[in-house]
Amino acid sequence: MSKSERPNQIFRNLNAKIASIPMVLTALVVFVGGTAWTVLYSFTNSKLLPRLNFVGLDQYYRLWATPRWLVSIENLLIYGVLSLVFSLVIGFLLAALLDQKIRFEDTFRTIFLYPFALSFIVTGLVWQWLLNPDFGVQSVVRALGWTSFSFDPLYNSSIVIYGILIAALWQGTGLIMCLMLAGLRGIDEDIWKAARVDGIPTWKTYLFIIIPMMRPVFITTLVIIASGIVKVYDLVVAQTSGGPGIASEVPAKYVYDYMFFAQNLGQGFAASTMMLLSVMIVIVPWAYLEFGGRKRG
Amino acid sequence: MADHAVPAATPSGVARADASGPSGPKPRHVFSRRNIFLYGTLIVVAVYYLLPLYVMVVTSLKGMPEIRLGNIFSPPLEITFEPWVKAWSQACTGLNCDGLSRGFWNSVRITVPSVILSIAIASVNGYALANWRFKGADTFFVILIVGAFIPYQVMIYPIVIILREIGLYGSLSGLVIVHSIFGMPILTLLFRNYFTSMPEELFRAARVDGAGFWGIYLRIMLPMSLPIFVVAVILQVTGIWNDFLFGVVYTRPDTYPMTVQLNNIVNSVQGVKEYNVNMAATILTGLVPLVVYFISGKLFVRGIAAGAVKG
Repeated sequence: MSKSERPNQIFRNLNAKIASIPMVLTALVVFVGGTAWTVLYSFTNSKLLPRLNFVGLDQYYRLWATPRWLVSIENLLIYGVLSLVFSLVIGFLLAALLDQKIRFEDTFRTIFLYPFALSFIVTGLVWQWLLNPDFGVQSVVRALGWTSFSFDPLYNSSIVIYGILIAALWQGTGLIMCLMLAGLRGIDEDIWKAARVDGIPTWKTYLFIIIPMMRPVFITTLVIIASGIVKVYDLVVAQTSGGPGIASEVPAKYVYDYMFFAQNLGQGFAASTMMLLSVMIVIVPWAYLEFGGRKRG
Repeated sequence: MADHAVPAATPSGVARADASGPSGPKPRHVFSRRNIFLYGTLIVVAVYYLLPLYVMVVTSLKGMPEIRLGNIFSPPLEITFEPWVKAWSQACTGLNCDGLSRGFWNSVRITVPSVILSIAIASVNGYALANWRFKGADTFFVILIVGAFIPYQVMIYPIVIILREIGLYGSLSGLVIVHSIFGMPILTLLFRNYFTSMPEELFRAARVDGAGFWGIYLRIMLPMSLPIFVVAVILQVTGIWNDFLFGVVYTRPDTYPMTVQLNNIVNSVQGVKEYNVNMAATILTGLVPLVVYFISGKLFVRGIAAGAVKG
């Protein structure tokens, strides 16, 4: 490929460049431009309309002094840590169970995964109904004779976030199971044979051989779960609308409410920038390893 | 499964079989403790996963008096389809009392063009990235992939402004554009990986025969990549149908997609709560992705796995 043959670099691959215009526009205008715009305007005192009236970090000071934001962050942390741990553990256990060369594997997998096809709105509404204290699980158990039984997470502000967690796990663990199952199937059968020959118990083989070998799968899964956690919004809207009071508020809902209801754009931008920051802490090292590393080596 | 057959066919397997008599795994008793534990656990978990669906269906078939008296897990004494009719054609959201059917058709009018547009754009993108690399293409691609992890909340408002400037804010076309934009990272990745895995000779031969960018795409790549298109369609239909955030931000009450309307019906504070109608409406909204899921089966799994793990 000598350069003299194709003197004009712009027209080289012209069709490919034309075809990539939507991608380039999306990458530059929406992803980079939009993000930069929001970050920039988070330093302004925009109210109803975005205005470039810089006030430094005022919006952030106010954000971190707002009880509702602090509750949102606390909820996100509890929900995030628990959903990360439980999704990984349940997802892996289900995958390991399905990987025992069982019969009806497809049936079981179909059952475990179907909630993932449902939207968070549907998920939230079903669980709102199941956890309804007057008709749902609580009333059924009470009707069985245990009259003091109490299980009303959606109406009890100290445990409401766990009610949301139950619904989220029901919806999402199937996906994690599928990813883990794919990881388990990717492990060489010989490893299992070698472990069996050496007389290593199955649980030990999983814990000390298989799981370390599945590191890439775990990392990808971790990134998927983590980026999903920060975005959690629909589920809360459907299941509790942030209630009781502000007990189940999450950052994504804070952003939406301040941007479109409270007409306090600056607050919304500052809150969404905080969300971006938290995602970046997870994503940047991962992206660097995945993309940056590969290009060099 | 294939895994069992392969070792026996290898030389070592054959040799071992010759040396020590019968080969293959030790036959297991059907009711061994291991099996009881294994299937017992799986069945209990399966019941747990199926319970919400069962309760949804059962509740939607009961009348309100029965719901007030009975237990949510008990099957209906008298089956009534009235809640379904009501959810579809009479349930109220605000001032509109024409039921979920409006949201359903809005969702159809959003989903169909969004799926077509996003897949068309992403497949051409993936093709360009796989076969016609130009300088800087990979940079945009990395931006796109990293951008997929940016919380939507960060980009919502700038897009509102862009759509308002081009006069599409609040319209269905605006929402279609938004879905195409946010579907792009994952779909482009999917198509790029697929096209990269196709034999390079095929592409070279077509080049020698004088086919150009679009010619190769339309006559060679497209016909050969039907499976990945099916995967992409499954991914997008469920994703777009289930979307709530974009629907609520970029449409108006009369163009609300089904999920938004469903939420408004069920969580409306006025009026008496009709749980059976709510559950019927919830099933109706979940029906499209569920049907897609049960029909597509393994392809759905492939779709989400492809979407989730880099191939």
